[in-house]
Amino acid sequence: MTSADFQTLLPEIALAAYAMIALIVAVYTGKDKLAATLVWATAGLFVALALYIGGTGEGERTVFSGLFTDDPFARFAKVTILISAAAVLVMSQDYMTRRELLRFEYPVLAVLAVIGMMVMVSSADLITLYMGLELQSLSLYVVASLRRDSARSSEAGLKYFVLGALSSGLLLYGASLVYGYAGTTQFAGILTTVQDGVPLGLLFGLVFMLAGLAFKVSAAPFHMWTPDVYEGSPTPVTAFFATAPKVAAMALIARLVQDAFGGIPGQWGQVLAALSVASMFLGAVAAIGQRDIKRLMAYSSIAHMGYALIGLCVGTAYGVQATLIYMAIYVTMNVGTFAFILSMERDGRPVSDIAGLNQFAKKEPLKALAMLVLLFSLAGVPPMVGFFGKFYVLKAAVDAGWVWLAVAGAIASVIGAFYYLRVVYFMYFGAEQEPVDSRMAPVQWAMLVGVAAIMVLGVINLFGIEPAAAIAAEALVR
Amino acid sequence: MENQLLSIITFLPLVAAIILALFMRGDDAAARQGAKWLALFTTTATFVISLFILFRFDPSNTGFQFVEERQWILGLSYKMGVDGISILFVMLTTFLMPITIWSCWGVETRVKEYMIAFLVLETLMLGVFCALDLVLFYLFFEAGLIPMFLIIGIWGGKDRIYAAFKFFLYTFLGSVLMLVAMIAMYLDAGTTDIVKLLAHDFGHETFSLLGFQVVGGLQTMLFLAFFASFAVKMPMWPVHTWLPDAHVQAPTAGSVVLAAILLKMGGYGFLRFSLPMFPVGSDVMAPLVLWMSAIAIVYTSLVALAQTDMKKLIAYSSVAHMGYVTMGIFAANQQGVDGAIFQMLSHGFISGALFLCVGVIYDRMHTREIDAYGGLVNRMPAYALVFMFFTMANVGLPGTSGFVGEFLTLMGIFQVNTWVAAVAATGVILSAGYALWLYRRVVFGDLIKEALKSITDMDRREKAIFAPLIAMTLILGVYPSLVTDIIGPSVEALVTDYQAAQPADGLALNEGHSE
Repeated sequence: MTSADFQTLLPEIALAAYAMIALIVAVYTGKDKLAATLVWATAGLFVALALYIGGTGEGERTVFSGLFTDDPFARFAKVTILISAAAVLVMSQDYMTRRELLRFEYPVLAVLAVIGMMVMVSSADLITLYMGLELQSLSLYVVASLRRDSARSSEAGLKYFVLGALSSGLLLYGASLVYGYAGTTQFAGILTTVQDGVPLGLLFGLVFMLAGLAFKVSAAPFHMWTPDVYEGSPTPVTAFFATAPKVAAMALIARLVQDAFGGIPGQWGQVLAALSVASMFLGAVAAIGQRDIKRLMAYSSIAHMGYALIGLCVGTAYGVQATLIYMAIYVTMNVGTFAFILSMERDGRPVSDIAGLNQFAKKEPLKALAMLVLLFSLAGVPPMVGFFGKFYVLKAAVDAGWVWLAVAGAIASVIGAFYYLRVVYFMYFGAEQEPVDSRMAPVQWAMLVGVAAIMVLGVINLFGIEPAAAIAAEALVR
Repeated sequence: MENQLLSIITFLPLVAAIILALFMRGDDAAARQGAKWLALFTTTATFVISLFILFRFDPSNTGFQFVEERQWILGLSYKMGVDGISILFVMLTTFLMPITIWSCWGVETRVKEYMIAFLVLETLMLGVFCALDLVLFYLFFEAGLIPMFLIIGIWGGKDRIYAAFKFFLYTFLGSVLMLVAMIAMYLDAGTTDIVKLLAHDFGHETFSLLGFQVVGGLQTMLFLAFFASFAVKMPMWPVHTWLPDAHVQAPTAGSVVLAAILLKMGGYGFLRFSLPMFPVGSDVMAPLVLWMSAIAIVYTSLVALAQTDMKKLIAYSSVAHMGYVTMGIFAANQQGVDGAIFQMLSHGFISGALFLCVGVIYDRMHTREIDAYGGLVNRMPAYALVFMFFTMANVGLPGTSGFVGEFLTLMGIFQVNTWVAAVAATGVILSAGYALWLYRRVVFGDLIKEALKSITDMDRREKAIFAPLIAMTLILGVYPSLVTDIIGPSVEALVTDYQAAQPADGLALNEGHSE
């Protein structure tokens, strides 16, 4: 282990050290006094690290004897994860403080989860993959039941834990099969093995691993936990679940199928395509009947994961680029949407019933307009940026000859448009009644309006993420 | 500067909308009036600039003019331009928007948002007619749904929610299929530039799909995907059912824009994409389209006879008139296509005016039921005159623009398929039936209804709104060369290329165009 190895791991080490120091300091200064400060400090650190990673990294390095890799793909994913995590943290501070939910453990656990995610997207070995995944998952289980005195929050945490443990088990079982047949846990080694033919056992291992990862991105038919956990968790935590971990898990799938099984796209392409179609349609159809906006967003994220998977299953560099851009757009849209959902309340109590939005546009025209833009963007209606995300993945699919998948995606997007429109319907045309209050801290307001502006202005050049994603994708797919 | 003119007229209304959204505060009478004046001023300015484009336009050049091209994301380009086919649609839009804005002077609820919606809509409509890149076209085409959805949903009538959703989902489904076809075209041709795509030869070798022989091959598949979108937008029978609902529920100005401009996007799409890019596919499908048009003309005219709601009646009459348009386009000869474009422009003036006519009495009585009226001529002579003029134009009285469009399309179709022509010609009689009957029931007779006894005639503003529409309908009716001189060369090039692209030995199933 040389200093270059540690140099590569510097952001993760810095975060881990910060988490420990923060924990100790917070414990010694008494109950939760520092929590608000910690949230902001953590977010600041995230942004600083994102700038550091985005600005300094170059080339590709695999360190610690092939356990950990640092390449443009990992850096793109890490920057997305860090920035979205920072955004979610700062916008939840006001909400949590007012409801006395803000404990100092929250930012610390978020840091630990983010470290896990960063390790996931950089993993070059089955062991690293599992370590990162578990660090992330264990932190999130705790965060889900942050509201200890609420039965629903505890239920959400428990449900998440049991199903998450099951999925980890599946993943681990698959990994052991892969190791058994390939004789190595390193992705590079697995890649060499599969090039000379794929043993049946290895294939089983691959399918088990994909099933385990599908749990993490909540792709149908492994999505069952998502609506309950989204609904039961405190809203800031839901916002966190909907953003950074999704990016990390999606990037991890890309990394696994390309780095370890890149030689046999025919074997995993169909699996991912099946997951993708099932997610798109289930997400679109099941969301129609929802009355709770958090459940609606859960199904929405299931559908969005389906679209992102389209880019991965086609197996081309262009497809990976499409997925990266899709995920970046997806987290941005979700940050804005959740900034709005956080603000929905009546008499100081949070409301998540969609019907509560009746005639909201009359009361708060600007916020309603921003939300309108976000909803149309989520639905993929041009000229909002969300359309370009869909366009990218559909183009990648047609490019690679998966026309049926593109047609399925197009049809699902029409069904999906219906439930986003329903929210617009309540805000603008709903029955006369007193709408919910919308109390926003300045930072939430800035997130909502800023993201809405991004969704419209992005049509000019997507803020230049296109070339960055292209470099990232080419580093991964060789 | 000249190359940016199209971008200027396209985005000028958007700039005004942004100014309205960001800098106009308050909801008092002065703010409402200010919003209306700003919208009127902007749309008028747009019209003036577009006139400048029209004067600088060279009709003898069949290529694209005022072309502007810039790099954009995804390897796409931002490319705008007009040719003989699109320039008049641009003019139609810029001409009608100030009239539309002026017609909603009486609206008092959420005026600022109403004006913003119309200004954004104008930007998107102009973008559709000017875009020379597939994805740019799609972007404008689709985005137009959002403001219209809101216009129907917020300012509409009693069942506005149902109508707004039906409008949005119907047209959205049609369009996403078009998007997949566009991606397939990009893969086949390697570009999304419409100018290059027009020159590209899409494959038309028959292949077999799931046991079916696809005559015309790729072209037929692409044609069908585009057809799904444009036929809904047009709208053609049997996918027209969203239109009566949308029209009935939309506010007057919304109906005007919908009938006069938005419907024309379908016809424009056929002329810009289907006919020139997939000539073989179009030829294969032409008999189907022709018969669908003939059925549309007769069927919707009969349905119109049975309506009790004035707006619904005019909406069905619109579907019938759009039947002439599709018929003329797929006759694919000079008279047919000339006639189709002419019919679209003239329908823009006439149907717009008819919806305004309904709006005038709706504003006074708040009902559109035909039975609620009768004998209006006794209290509203000026209104009776205007309504009579546009009823006659709708029927296709010689001397009005309605006649020229119907005559040219019928002449075009007669050379191709006499049976379709014969069926379609009965539509002229039927249209006289429903239009004149409507007029008699509303305007003539004795004024016996108590509620109508105090109704007032049109005021100055209302008269002034109709003046330019009457002028255009008359001018185009007696001097149609004004239009055909501009569109003629481009249409001729289109038709010549279309005929030249047909395979010499002919394809099977091609009865529609048997020589």
